[in-house]
Amino acid sequence: MKNRQYWRTWARAICLIGCLLVKNGSYVTFAQDMANIEPLSPPAPPSQVVAKDAPNDTGTSLVVMWVLSPDDRDEFLPRRVIGYDILRKTSESGEYVSVGEQTYQKNRFTDTKCERGKAYWYQVVAIGPSGERSEGVATPTPTGPEPQWIDGSRLWFGFELSIVCAAVLYYIGRANKGDHFTIRHIPGLDAVDEAVGRATEMGRPCLFVPGIQDINDIQTVAGVTILSRVAGLTAQYDAPLEVPTSRSLVMTTARETVQASYLAAGRPDAYREDNIYYLTDEQFGYVAGVTGSMMREKPAACFYFGAFYAESLILAETGNSIGAIQVAGTAESSQLPFFVAACDYTLIGEEFFAASAYLSKQPAQLGSLKGQDFGKLCGAGLIAIGCLLATTISISEFPMIKTALDYLKNNVLGDGGLLP
Amino acid sequence: MTLLKEGQIDRRWIYLAMLCAVGLPILLQLTFPEIPSPKVLDVFDAVDKLPEGSRILMACDFDPASAGELEPMMSAFVRHCGTKNHKLIFLALWPQGAPVIKSNIVILNKEFPEYEYGKDYVNLGYQPGNEVVLKVLVTDFKKQCSTDVDGTSTSTLPLTRDLTKIQQLSLVISVSTGNPGTTEWVQYVASPFGMPMVAGTTAVQAPSLYAYIPRQLISVLGGIKGAAEYEQAIIDHYPTMGENNGAREGLRRMGPQLLGHLLIVMLIVVGNVLYFSQKEKGVGA
Amino acid sequence: MKRTIPVLIASIAGLVLIIAHFVPPAQSWGDEVNTWFQILAAFAFFLGGGSLLKMHLKRISDQQEGWGFSAVTLLAFGITLIVGIFKLGVLPSETYPTKPWSGEYLGDGGALWWIYQYLFTPLNATMFALLAFFISSAAFRAFRAKNTEAMILLVTATIVLVGRTYAGAFLTEGFNPHWQLAAIIDEWFMSVFNTAGARAIKIGIALGVVSTSLKVLIGTDRSYLGSEE
Repeated sequence: MKNRQYWRTWARAICLIGCLLVKNGSYVTFAQDMANIEPLSPPAPPSQVVAKDAPNDTGTSLVVMWVLSPDDRDEFLPRRVIGYDILRKTSESGEYVSVGEQTYQKNRFTDTKCERGKAYWYQVVAIGPSGERSEGVATPTPTGPEPQWIDGSRLWFGFELSIVCAAVLYYIGRANKGDHFTIRHIPGLDAVDEAVGRATEMGRPCLFVPGIQDINDIQTVAGVTILSRVAGLTAQYDAPLEVPTSRSLVMTTARETVQASYLAAGRPDAYREDNIYYLTDEQFGYVAGVTGSMMREKPAACFYFGAFYAESLILAETGNSIGAIQVAGTAESSQLPFFVAACDYTLIGEEFFAASAYLSKQPAQLGSLKGQDFGKLCGAGLIAIGCLLATTISISEFPMIKTALDYLKNNVLGDGGLLP
Repeated sequence: MTLLKEGQIDRRWIYLAMLCAVGLPILLQLTFPEIPSPKVLDVFDAVDKLPEGSRILMACDFDPASAGELEPMMSAFVRHCGTKNHKLIFLALWPQGAPVIKSNIVILNKEFPEYEYGKDYVNLGYQPGNEVVLKVLVTDFKKQCSTDVDGTSTSTLPLTRDLTKIQQLSLVISVSTGNPGTTEWVQYVASPFGMPMVAGTTAVQAPSLYAYIPRQLISVLGGIKGAAEYEQAIIDHYPTMGENNGAREGLRRMGPQLLGHLLIVMLIVVGNVLYFSQKEKGVGA
Repeated sequence: MKRTIPVLIASIAGLVLIIAHFVPPAQSWGDEVNTWFQILAAFAFFLGGGSLLKMHLKRISDQQEGWGFSAVTLLAFGITLIVGIFKLGVLPSETYPTKPWSGEYLGDGGALWWIYQYLFTPLNATMFALLAFFISSAAFRAFRAKNTEAMILLVTATIVLVGRTYAGAFLTEGFNPHWQLAAIIDEWFMSVFNTAGARAIKIGIALGVVSTSLKVLIGTDRSYLGSEE
C-alpha cells in the first residue's frame, strides 16, 4: 500500500512539471491565462482625447472625441469594454467629475452643460464588464464653448427660402404697380358659387368643415380664408351656414370671419353666432357629431377645407349618401384620394393655398402665386441638375461630378453648410 | 332592401358583404404566410443592428381608433427591442397614447422580467403641446420632461440622467396615425439633426412618408401588412418568438385584410360591369 | 385697430420663429412663442366648453328635436370632467405614496381609466372601423373605367389591393419560386409612381405654405380675420 502511495505522489509531481513545461515552462504564464478567463484587469484606455466647440449652438456645448480603446472591438465577446465614462474639471487643479457615459463603439460625446466663458478639461475612461476602469486619458489643453450667431448648417436652406420669399414679394410689388397676372381655371372653386346657389334653391343649409387642426396650422388658416368667401355668398343668397369646429380657437376665428363677411355683404342681421360651434377636440367624437348633424339636417352643400386625416372618408361618404354637392381641399396628400373618390370637386395641395388669391382676385394675392411659380421653377431646376449629375456618375465615375453631386445632396439640400 | 336600385347596388348590401368578409376570417382564425419586404427588413435592421443596450425613443402617437392597425406594430417594436436589450424611453404626443404605452410596458414586464424601470426603460407619458414638444426636446430635454409619468425627476433616473437633448439617443421609433406624428418627428427631429429614425403608420399614411425614405427616415412599416411582415422578420431571426402567441397578432389580422381587399376588387369589377351594361342600354352612369 | 393688432402679433410671432430657426442664441425666443401659444390654446378650452354648454342647454330648454342627445352629451361631459379633475379612484403614485392625488389621471383602476378603457376605446375603434364600410362603397362608385386615366387608376388600384395580401403571392406563385412577384410590383408602384407624385404634390404644398405664411406675416392676406382689406 505504502509503495502505491509513493508512486502516486511521484506521478503527480511529474504531471505538474510536464504541464508547466507545456505552458512555455512558466507557471506565471499559466496564472496569467487563468486571470484572462476571469478578467480582473482594466481594459486598455482610449487615446487621442480632444474637445472641440460644438457647432451651430448658443455656446453651451462641447464635443469630446477619442480613439476607441484597443479592447473595444466587436470580435471580443464577451466585451472587454462596455462603455466610456466622460469626466470634466473646470480648473487645472480641480477634480474630475463624471458628466456622462457613452456606450461601446462610440467615440463621441456632447457635453451640453457648459457655460460660455469658462474653460474645461476632459478625461475619458474605458469601462470593463465588471466596472473595471482604465487609466484616464485627458485632453491636452483646456477648451471653452463659443456661441455661433448663425446656424451654418441651415445657411443653404435660408438662402433658398429667401429666394422664394423675394420672388413672392417682387411679384406682389409688380402686381401692386399694375402688372396683370392670369390664373388658370380651378373648377373646384368655381363650384363653390354653384353649391351655395343650389342649397339656397333647395332651402337647405350649407355645411363648412375647417379641418381638425388648430389655427396655428396653415391649412386651417387657408380653410378659414375660403370660409370668408363661402360666408359672403351664404349672406348674399340668405342660405343658412353651419360651421362645426374641433378646436376652440378655430371657433372664435371662424365667428369673427363669418361675422365680418355678413357685415361686408350688408346682412349683419342674418349672422347667427350659434351656427358656428365647438364640438370636441377628439377626432372621432368630432366626426360623430358632424355626421350626425349631416344625417339630421341634410345640408345641400358640404365644404371640407383644412387639415383632415382618417375622418375625411367618413365625412365625404356621409355627404355623398345624403346627396349633397361636395367640395374639398386639403394639403394632406394621404387624404386626397378619399376626397377625390367621394366628393364632386377636390382642390389638390397648392390649389387649396391658391384659393384665397383665386377667390379674391386681388392683384397682390395673384402676384404671390406668380412668386410661388418661380419657386417651383427653381425646385424643378435643382431636380434636373441632380438627375443629370446622378445619371452621369452612373455612366462614368468623374470625381468632379461626384463632388458636385455630393455637394448638392449634402450641402445645398442637406445640412452640410456652405463649405463642402 | 332591394339589391339593385337604378342600376346601382344598394350600399347597405355592400356594407353587409364587407361585414362578412372581415368577420368570417376572425371567427375561423384564418392566417396566411408572410415574407418580409425590403422596406420592412430595413426597419428590422435599423433596430437589430444597433449595439445591444442602445437607447431608443419610442413615440406612441395614436389613439384606440387606430390601435387595430398600430398596436401589433408597437408591440412588435417593444418585443424586438426587448430581445436586443435596448433601453426604451416611451413618450406620447397624443393624450390617448399614454394608456397604449402602459399596455406595452405590461408586455415588457411580462416577457422581459429582467427589465428594470429607470435603468432599462422610462415612461415619460403624454407630453402636451404637439410639435412644440419636439422643438423643445431637441434644445433642452429636461425643460420638456423634467419628470417621468410618476413625477420622478428624470435627472435621478439612470437612463435619462445625462440626457440633455434627444439627439443623444441612438434611434427614434415613431408609431403614429396623424398629427402630431411621424411627419412632425421627421421635420423637427430626424431631418434637421440627422437622427436615425424608423416609423410605423397606418396604411393610409404610409405612402405620404415614402417621400422621406431613405435620407430623412430609414424606412416605414405601413398598416397591418407592415406589422405582420415585421413580426415574421422577428420570428425568422428569433424563432423562439414564434411560440409567443402575442407576437403573431399582426399575422392573425391579415386574414380579414385579405378577404376585405378581395371584396373591394370584386366590387370594382361589378361596378364596371354595371356601368358598361347601363352604357349599352343608353342610360349613362 | 381691431385688425391691425392681430396682424402685428402674427407678424412678430412669425418673425421670431424664423429668426429662432437660423440664429442659435434666439432659439429660446422660439420656445417662448410656442409656450405662449400653448397657454392661449389652454384658455381657449373655456371658450369651447362654454360654447358646447350653451348650445346643448339651449336645445334642451327649447325641447328641440333630438334634445335627448344633448342631455346625454352634457351628462357625459360633466361626469368625465369631474372624474378626471378629482382623479376619482386613482391610487397614489409609488414615488409619493402619502400624497392622495399624486397618481396618474389614467392610473389603473381609476374611474377615468374605466371610462377610457370601456367606453372611449370601443367607441373610437367603432368609428374608425366604419372606414372599412365606407371604403367599399366609395371604391364601388369611384373606380369606373370612364376614360383612359380612370382605367389606369383602376388597374393600379387592383394590383396594389391584391399585392398587399397573400392573394397576390398565391396568384403569382407560378412566376416566381419565392412568390414575391405581386409584392414586388406593388412595391414598385408605391415607391416609383406614388412617391414621385407625392413628392411633386409636397413641393407644391411647401411652396404654397411659404407663400401663404408670407402673406399672413406681411399682412397682405387678412381674409382669415374676416377682412379683405
